[in-house]
Amino acid sequence: MKTLSAAERRRRRSLFVMATLAILCTILFGLLQKSGQVVTYGFVLDKEWVLFQQWAIGSRNASLLFGVISLGASALAYVQFKAGKTIKVASAVGSAGIMMSFLSWAAAGKFIPFTGLLQGALLLSVPLIFGSMAGVLSERSGVVNIAIEGQLLAGAFVSGVVASLTHSTFMGLVVAPFAGCLISTLLAVFAINFAIDQIILGFVLNVLVYGITDFLYKKLLIPYQSTWNSGPTLSAIKIPFLWKIPIVGPILFDQSIIVYLMYGVIFLINFSLFKTKWGLRTRAVGEHPTAADSVGIKVNRLRFMNVMIAGMVAGLGGAYFTVGGVGAFNKEMTAGKGFIALAALIFGRWTPWGAVSAALLFGFADNLQSVLGIIGTPIPSEFMLMVPYLATIIAVTGFVGRVRAPAADGTPYKRGESH
Amino acid sequence: MRKLNFKLPSFRALKLPGLSFLLAMFFGALLIAFSDSTVLKHIGHPIDFIKAGGVAVWQSYLALFQGSIYNPSLATPHDSLLAWYPLSETLVSAAPLILAGLSVALAFRAGLFNIGAQGQFIFGSIAASYVGFHFHLPIGIHVILSVLAAIVAGGIWGGLVGLLKARTGAHEVIVTIMLNYVALYFLMWLLGTTTFLRPGRKDPISPDVLPSSRMPLLAGNNYRVNFGIFIALAAAVFVWWLLSRSTWGFRFRAVGANTAAAKTAGISVPFVMTSVMAISGALAGLGGAVHVLGSDFSLTSGTAGNFGFDAITVALLGRARPMGTVFASLLFGALRAGGGTMQANTNTPIDIVLVIQALVVLFIAAPSVVKWVFRLKNLKTTGELAAKGWNG
Repeated sequence: MKTLSAAERRRRRSLFVMATLAILCTILFGLLQKSGQVVTYGFVLDKEWVLFQQWAIGSRNASLLFGVISLGASALAYVQFKAGKTIKVASAVGSAGIMMSFLSWAAAGKFIPFTGLLQGALLLSVPLIFGSMAGVLSERSGVVNIAIEGQLLAGAFVSGVVASLTHSTFMGLVVAPFAGCLISTLLAVFAINFAIDQIILGFVLNVLVYGITDFLYKKLLIPYQSTWNSGPTLSAIKIPFLWKIPIVGPILFDQSIIVYLMYGVIFLINFSLFKTKWGLRTRAVGEHPTAADSVGIKVNRLRFMNVMIAGMVAGLGGAYFTVGGVGAFNKEMTAGKGFIALAALIFGRWTPWGAVSAALLFGFADNLQSVLGIIGTPIPSEFMLMVPYLATIIAVTGFVGRVRAPAADGTPYKRGESH
Repeated sequence: MRKLNFKLPSFRALKLPGLSFLLAMFFGALLIAFSDSTVLKHIGHPIDFIKAGGVAVWQSYLALFQGSIYNPSLATPHDSLLAWYPLSETLVSAAPLILAGLSVALAFRAGLFNIGAQGQFIFGSIAASYVGFHFHLPIGIHVILSVLAAIVAGGIWGGLVGLLKARTGAHEVIVTIMLNYVALYFLMWLLGTTTFLRPGRKDPISPDVLPSSRMPLLAGNNYRVNFGIFIALAAAVFVWWLLSRSTWGFRFRAVGANTAAAKTAGISVPFVMTSVMAISGALAGLGGAVHVLGSDFSLTSGTAGNFGFDAITVALLGRARPMGTVFASLLFGALRAGGGTMQANTNTPIDIVLVIQALVVLFIAAPSVVKWVFRLKNLKTTGELAAKGWNG
């Protein structure tokens, strides 16, 4: 038997997981479910062009149908795997089938606004995506960033306060990156110049931001709420024509400007990291700083710059909570989203697209949890909320293939010291 | 009997923590002054501004002291000792903190960063309160069994992390961050179940633990200080003994100092990682028990409060030494207890404590800042908390 490469082994394991889940779903949600209940999916939110109004189907049949689809996708993936091809498309179809099979079971007898579910999922992924992009920038260049939470919170606080004082969402958006940058500059100074343990440092910075924002919230934002903490919010902008596309339109093109900025950030980071000189250098200092230094790259300067940019990205993500959401800042309103972003970064194997996919998945799980919580279902919402965390533990324990951080991630670089 | 060489920390070793604390208090004072509306009125007049700022800071820090150590206005003609009531409160908040801090400190010494004290604390308090309110057992046995349940629950939750690290190389920081949330959601789910929901209540709160499972009070019914503080101090002595007097502790430290060398020397690294994290988790779980059985009595979704995270700051401030952790916990316990009084009596929110905590740890971790501010040449710094990153 020929030996498999690491990527092939990973593919084999995920194939195995997918097939097992597909079989389980078909049996548990399909065959074992009592028939009689109907699940209804709604596809229209607004005045977009209508493809389907809604789709009502027996819950058992739907679960069976999607279970069989995921089984078919698993079979296809197996064939592709044997032929030595990648199994990305088949995996995506298979996972979607598994998810839909579960959903059809969980929402038996209920109405699910399908388009709204996905639109909300994208919205909930926004801070996760910004946060994980900040993680990509910083960690690919070799600086561990567990202070994403603090950068998001600082962005949320400052943009909320500035938007409230100036009555302008635009100003709120403009200052948010600088707030995040302030925190990440602290991270950069202590991590790069003083060579302090970056995990401890990130932890301490989070506590510091929690402390300062909690303090100022109680001291200024509550007593002087009308001036300091009643900022305006961004409204959704419909992109002409595009938003009218059935199902996809309202999800992708009827969102606030933060979401459109997010598209830009994702493409820019993905492109720059793999297609530009800066990207090559960034990856080099993250993997092998000594080698990078030997060809004349200023390791610490590049790291410093990247960590600062990372903070700006996370800070902008923080604006989502205040100007992009409810307007007013609330104590510790990021509520651990920075850590889910970290989870998405790790789950996505430190790659931009991986992190985005993981963040979308976590955002979907979060929104599914709240939608199912409203309509009432057999699964306690607390277990749905555990999904991102459990998924990340499974990812780092190597069950679906080991994830590996950039080789020099977290190691301060000093010229002349061997690594 | 072997002689125990108990050394008090030397003055030089206390210099860095002391100066860091001073510096953090200074920055805290700036924050208090510059966010106070009555102080800011004088912004045009430097002299008045400094005066008003000084008054605001003095009042806040005085309230902090009165809320944590001694407050003469609490004394009554019948009982002048009541002025020491705040000290009892400090000990009440310090006891669980010492235990959780020891949990983090012990793991540090074996080269592991246990961010998961929060989750282990939660599991400890769940187990302790379950045994505490669900079973009817004789006095004495009940409290011991509740405490043991917490030790086991915390130990399993922590040991799991060590096992995963040893078997698969999963970084303990990532796993513990994630497990903290899993523990919190588990607790929230549990509080909605009929077993844990207090009869007649809809909000998530468990029944009170039975009196037979509570920690004995130490100074009468007027003070909340309880036997938990002795448990915490005993645990500190145990950790000190474990680390510096036992073979196990030697192995822990060897793995912490140089994993590869320890492996070459024949120490089973997987066993060390699992057992360190299990003992760590047990300590944090014990902290949960002391908190629930000593002062809180019931379980809510906020039971663990900030203990698990404060634990990290005290372990860092105490340089991962058992006695250092005890002193740091007493200090931060005092800040917590005093913070409440400060928030009630002045318009300085308790959250300033969090800022001071973060700054103290930041300065401890970066001695260069302290050196530069105080123009010191030969500050004693130790580098046992070295940077490792995800692949370390």
